Amino acid sequence: MKETVTDIKDLDKELLGKLDEHIATLDLTRKEESLIPTLYKAQELFGYLPHNLQWHIARQLDLPSAHVNGVVTFYSFFSEEPMGKYTISVCMGTACFVKGADKVLDKILKLTGTQPNEMSEDGLFTVKDVRCIGACGLAPVLTINEKVYGNVTPDDMDEIIESYRKGAADDKDS
Amino acid sequence: MIKTAEALNKWKQTLINERAYRLELKICAGTSCISSDADLIVEMFEKKVAEHGLNCEIEVVKTGCFGFCGQGPILKIEPDNVTYVRVKLADVETIFNEHLLNGRKVYDLMYKNRDDEDPAESEAGMAFYQKQLRIALRNCGEINPEKIEDYVRNDGYKALADVLEQNDPEALIKTMRDSGLRGRGGGGFPTGLKWQFTRASKSDEKYVICNADEGDPGAFMDRSILEGDPHSVIEAMIINGFAIGASNGLIYIRAEYGLATRRLFTALQQARDKGLLGENILGSGFDFDIEVKLGAGAFVCGEETALIHSMEGHRGEPTTKPPFPSEVGFRGKPSNVNNVETYANIPEILNKGAEWFKSIGTRHSNGTKVFALAGNIRNIGLVEVPMGTTFEEIIYDIGGGIPGGKDIKAVQIGGPSGGVITKDKLDTPIDYDSLQEVGAMMGSGGMIIMDEDTDMVEISKFYLDFTQDESCGKCTPCRIGTKRMFEILERLTDMEGTPYDLELLETLSKNVQSASLCGLGQSAPNPVLSTMKFYRNEYEDYAHRRKKTAYSIDPEKCIGCTKCKRVCPVDCIDGKVREVHVITESKCIACGACYDACPVDAIVRP
Amino acid sequence: MKLIDKMVTCKINNIEVTVEQGTTVLEAAKKANVDIPTLCHLDLHELGAVNQSANCRVCVVENEDRGNLVPSCAEKVTEGMKIQTDTKKAVMGRRTSLELLLSNHPKDCLTCVKNLDCELQTLANEMNMQEIHYTGEMMSHPIDDSSGAILKNPNKCIMCRRCTTMCDEMQTVGVLSPLKRGFDVVVATAFHLDLGETSCTYCGQCVTVCPTAALAELPQTASVWRRLNNENRHTVVQVAPAVRVAIGEMFGYEPGEISTGKLVSALRRLGFDAVFDTNFGADLTIVEEAKELVDRIENDKPLPMLTSCCPAWVQFIEQQFPELLDIPSSCKSPQSMVGALSKTYYADNVGIDPKNVRMVSVMPCVAKKAEAAREELNQDGQSDVDYVITTRELARMIKEAAIDFRTLPEDSFDDILGESTGASTIFGATGGVIEAATRTAYEMMTGKELKNVDLKQMRGMEGIRETSVQVGEKTLKIGIAHELGNARKLLEDIRDGKSDFDAIEIMACPGGCIGGGGQPYHHGDTSVLDKRRKALYAMDTKMTRRKSHENEMVQRLYEDYLGKPGSQKAHQLLHTTYSAKARI
Ligand SMILES: Cc1cc2nc3c(=O)[nH]c(=O)nc-3n(C[C@H](O)[C@H](O)[C@H](O)COP(=O)(O)O)c2cc1C
Ligand code: SF4
Ligand code: SF4
Ligand code: SF4
Ligand code: SF4
Ligand code: SF4
Ligand code: SF4
Ligand code: SF4
Ligand code: SF4
Ligand code: FES
Ligand code: FES
Ligand code: FES
Repeated sequence: MKETVTDIKDLDKELLGKLDEHIATLDLTRKEESLIPTLYKAQELFGYLPHNLQWHIARQLDLPSAHVNGVVTFYSFFSEEPMGKYTISVCMGTACFVKGADKVLDKILKLTGTQPNEMSEDGLFTVKDVRCIGACGLAPVLTINEKVYGNVTPDDMDEIIESYRKGAADDKDS
Repeated sequence: MIKTAEALNKWKQTLINERAYRLELKICAGTSCISSDADLIVEMFEKKVAEHGLNCEIEVVKTGCFGFCGQGPILKIEPDNVTYVRVKLADVETIFNEHLLNGRKVYDLMYKNRDDEDPAESEAGMAFYQKQLRIALRNCGEINPEKIEDYVRNDGYKALADVLEQNDPEALIKTMRDSGLRGRGGGGFPTGLKWQFTRASKSDEKYVICNADEGDPGAFMDRSILEGDPHSVIEAMIINGFAIGASNGLIYIRAEYGLATRRLFTALQQARDKGLLGENILGSGFDFDIEVKLGAGAFVCGEETALIHSMEGHRGEPTTKPPFPSEVGFRGKPSNVNNVETYANIPEILNKGAEWFKSIGTRHSNGTKVFALAGNIRNIGLVEVPMGTTFEEIIYDIGGGIPGGKDIKAVQIGGPSGGVITKDKLDTPIDYDSLQEVGAMMGSGGMIIMDEDTDMVEISKFYLDFTQDESCGKCTPCRIGTKRMFEILERLTDMEGTPYDLELLETLSKNVQSASLCGLGQSAPNPVLSTMKFYRNEYEDYAHRRKKTAYSIDPEKCIGCTKCKRVCPVDCIDGKVREVHVITESKCIACGACYDACPVDAIVRP
Repeated sequence: MKLIDKMVTCKINNIEVTVEQGTTVLEAAKKANVDIPTLCHLDLHELGAVNQSANCRVCVVENEDRGNLVPSCAEKVTEGMKIQTDTKKAVMGRRTSLELLLSNHPKDCLTCVKNLDCELQTLANEMNMQEIHYTGEMMSHPIDDSSGAILKNPNKCIMCRRCTTMCDEMQTVGVLSPLKRGFDVVVATAFHLDLGETSCTYCGQCVTVCPTAALAELPQTASVWRRLNNENRHTVVQVAPAVRVAIGEMFGYEPGEISTGKLVSALRRLGFDAVFDTNFGADLTIVEEAKELVDRIENDKPLPMLTSCCPAWVQFIEQQFPELLDIPSSCKSPQSMVGALSKTYYADNVGIDPKNVRMVSVMPCVAKKAEAAREELNQDGQSDVDYVITTRELARMIKEAAIDFRTLPEDSFDDILGESTGASTIFGATGGVIEAATRTAYEMMTGKELKNVDLKQMRGMEGIRETSVQVGEKTLKIGIAHELGNARKLLEDIRDGKSDFDAIEIMACPGGCIGGGGQPYHHGDTSVLDKRRKALYAMDTKMTRRKSHENEMVQRLYEDYLGKPGSQKAHQLLHTTYSAKARI
């Protein structure tokens, strides 16, 4: 079925309310300058920026949807796709690269069965390759949500990924 | 509220006098160290101190980065002047009982310059720090960045007070010009001159913009400064505002820099609460406030016009210069854009004088530069050295040389816009002009050391992958040109290239360089051209498809232990126990498993 | 802010030129008779749109002192500047940019709608581009023909951004934006929606400036040929006023050449069963609209009344100002009126089954294609208009049929829907509709003859014009806007209660339909629009009847068929309704 971007029924009412409250605090005489902060807020609330949410924001800020979508797709921080429970960000900065971060990334993609920026089928992982996260001293480095793992090797990944899988399963059981 | 310069000074004196701790425990709370549990270590120390009722005697200070991140978490005890490295949670107990309670130093936790040397008790004994001179990083690792008191105690906001008292923007700009400070964000443009231009632009409104987008993948000095000493940047921005006649400042900070952003917000609020930011600063009648704008993940937004468009809520696409931001900037008004490190230098320059700053460094490159030292090097971290220091000094004296007994091959400087310094040029002094002479550039401070095993074509492909991915896509040469360059490099490394590809790559590189709209495209070919110039043979090998892709075994070294044979995933290693093993090269998939497994380094990499 | 008139002197290829400060290198080079190729650059400042994003890099030249390349379209001349256009570096820079563009372009010129009218193709020829050295991945996006009006082929897009400049800055609709970044960048609609699902008005202003076939009209010539070849259908055609002063350009005539007679001849040769004049519909529109205006004024109904003959503008108000839908006139557009009558009045008259009548209209406009598809515009389920082809498409059909346009005899329109007055002629220019309406309203309201029909205060090219006419006791306050950005300003005032106009004319295109999205390409030369506009006014003065209500066939229509202006039957056939649409 074709999507209708003007249909926002499937968006959580409460979160939408919070977003609109946030928008109400912004200086809308500078609606363009308010866009990126609003997108931040929206992604924080919803986890990602589906098309109908972008349309909603466009209407709230009185901006063309194309402008909003142009901005969203320009910046790598914004995601139009849902994200896994755990975001694995593998640093592909130079320091990490020369220490074999690409091999670590390959291994993780294999373990999660995903492509970069794509959510794994079980909804657990989204793997991203990111630029220097400022912990080059520990290269190669990756983060899983907030936690930083330094000096990782491809072999370490089996155990780390498994521990998250297990953690998620435990969460479900309890 | 501090309402006068005098009051500020008085407050500082009080802060100095009130300080009555017996011991100060400075623990690095930079990103790198936190990821190795530094914050938990801090908590444990705090708990221990409280348990023992030593709150009045021992202060636990969470500082910014010490620079020596590879050895983190780092802990420094003053006034004993002892530094411990690689501190683990389990070491807290020992340090507390031994050092803090009983005054016995824990030698096991000290850094050794070489394995066979005695441990170095303090920074003074650590080769890593010996050739460094910390101006921009002066407070990092020294003060608690979340306490304005710490900053003020170390001369913080004194320069601002003086500037406001003198009330002479022209003289201030002259001092800046005399100091010889040049922009540390990559371009190296004289800061005083930029201020002068922005001052000269007539407008009812102007903006001061701090570029904290730090895009070079492998550089993190701006982050460390904001995490470790945010007030120095804030102070400099206010001074900048006074110099050019602006009352609004903006800091554009990278999305990924959560800790830095939080500390920045804290610092801004403290400065506002103390009357050092906002209306009528120090009773001078000068108003200035600062807003933080978050980036959203785009390298090109480090380019100043793109940065401005991004702050305005647009796609971060650069526009052609002129007009420069100093004429047409944020909201169309004259704006002065400077880099974080540039700003961090300024209060110190004003406190110590232009002459002092000018005396450091070389003729046309004054002061110091911070580098993020990384790659195949023993001591990884942030180093700040006087301009004119040579690569050799950084690599061998500060960096401790190449690990694993390997030889150095090259240094990559300037990140994705930079070039390589070959082994025979390591005596080049690091300053703007000398770097240009050897075909490299200062850049923003990434310095990657590469050992003999490094494949230079892969390195240039790595950088190009980065730039073509980060290209904003606005102009043709960069949008399509960098893509085509990347495709050629891929063809080469996939063994599908031809010698003609090298010709194409070179011509295309030059044209992308000359015809692109902004600095990103103009400098994207630098890593390619520079490696092509110095390591042409490696490109030729790929182009003639004679690059070896298989591993092999050195028969002289092999002891026949069978370890490699057992790990090879495609079973392409033959050999009997205690006999020399052989790899069938046509089957080898170059996974490197055997290389890691061999106990005697008999496996030869392709 | 007043610009300081300072002169600066520079050297271009060693030729000294002195120009005003703020002049670009490109303009200065023109003065020195030095030719520099351009592609993305587009200067329509008279129309309020300048694309100076300096992105194609096909115009780079060398700044001799600094040794770097600068984009001549955007770089301003400075005192003492030395520019060299023919150094190896400059030539190679330009060539490489073009070559790279072509390396990412489907080079199927032979069957391309822009063949021989394409700026990219012309440039490739001028730059002697015979080999593409760089090959690799090419863009691959679906082609979008969903709107029925515009054909969008992103694979032919060179990211020049001319379209976004028009749509954002001039029209303030903002349908298009570059999405993504790097090589993946594509100028597209939000979320890659089909154009038909967006707030596109189909004004076609993006089409008028697109240098390639990335944006073009959706061709309907094949369907028209099929109809013409079908013996069982009675295929009739109508031609809009602005077509006759522009189509000649496609056959080597000067812009503004009036080719009505040849045009009618050509249409007959193509095989149409009857050739009608949209001008007839325009006269009819005026009579109905003037009647509506008088009614609104006399009965205190909502004012101002807005003209409704431009479908792009109608689409715009439905999407952007849904709260104002009670003010546009309910009159259908002339195209639709002629269409409706061809299937009723005309069919009755000649005694054929309306079901077999097919109406093709030739329009300067791409929005008319979408208008024809509007559900509201039909009689008993049969659309008023079946096919709409643009001026350009008709010219192509004439060429295809190997008709030598230049030697065609003059012919005239067919009866009963073919007569027109000077008033309807000027419909094609901004201000023309309201001038025509005023001529009729004046006489309707006062019962007196309007002596001076040339209401010159309503003419011109300013984006927004305000004027008033004394009509008996009453002063009619009249507003005129062309380009949707200007329309937006007037509408915002109306919405905010800051406006006291009685009637407003709005046209979506710069200059009105003479600058429509279906007209021959002006390639950035806006003097073309002016010439077309002047030709329309010249035609008006040559006409003996210059007021719509004096059109004898219109009078006959009322007598024989509709009764009085505003009658119930007139309403049924000639009026329509509007509905709010989502803004995307
Ligand atoms: C592609 C590109 C990326 C850049 N990234 C940064 C950056 O991350 N941080 C920075 O301070 N300057 C960056 N710059 C340089 C800025 O455009 C600008 O020159 C600088 O912020 C000016 O400050 P400075 O004079 O203090 O160096 C970049 C330039 C280009 C062309
Ligand atoms: S050089 Fe690259 S980043 Fe800069 S404007 Fe052109 S496409 Fe964008
Ligand atoms: S590199 Fe891998 S595939 Fe090749 S021989 Fe060694 S273990 Fe086998
Ligand atoms: S691991 Fe090394 S020593 Fe052992 S068999 Fe293999 S090559 Fe020989
Ligand atoms: S757009 Fe132009 S260059 Fe491209 S295929 Fe069509 S005619 Fe040829
Ligand atoms: S120019 Fe060449 S390719 Fe084009 S139609 Fe003629 S013969 Fe064919
Ligand atoms: S047709 Fe008009 S409204 Fe639609 S995209 Fe083009 S310029 Fe915009
Ligand atoms: S669609 Fe046409 S006008 Fe728009 S950017 Fe692409 S080539 Fe340019
Ligand atoms: S002004 Fe004329 S050509 Fe333009 S959209 Fe309206 S009706 Fe069509
Ligand atoms: S390069 Fe990976 S953390 Fe810096
Ligand atoms: S982060 Fe702790 S020393 Fe750098
Ligand atoms: S015409 Fe100048 S850059 Fe395109």
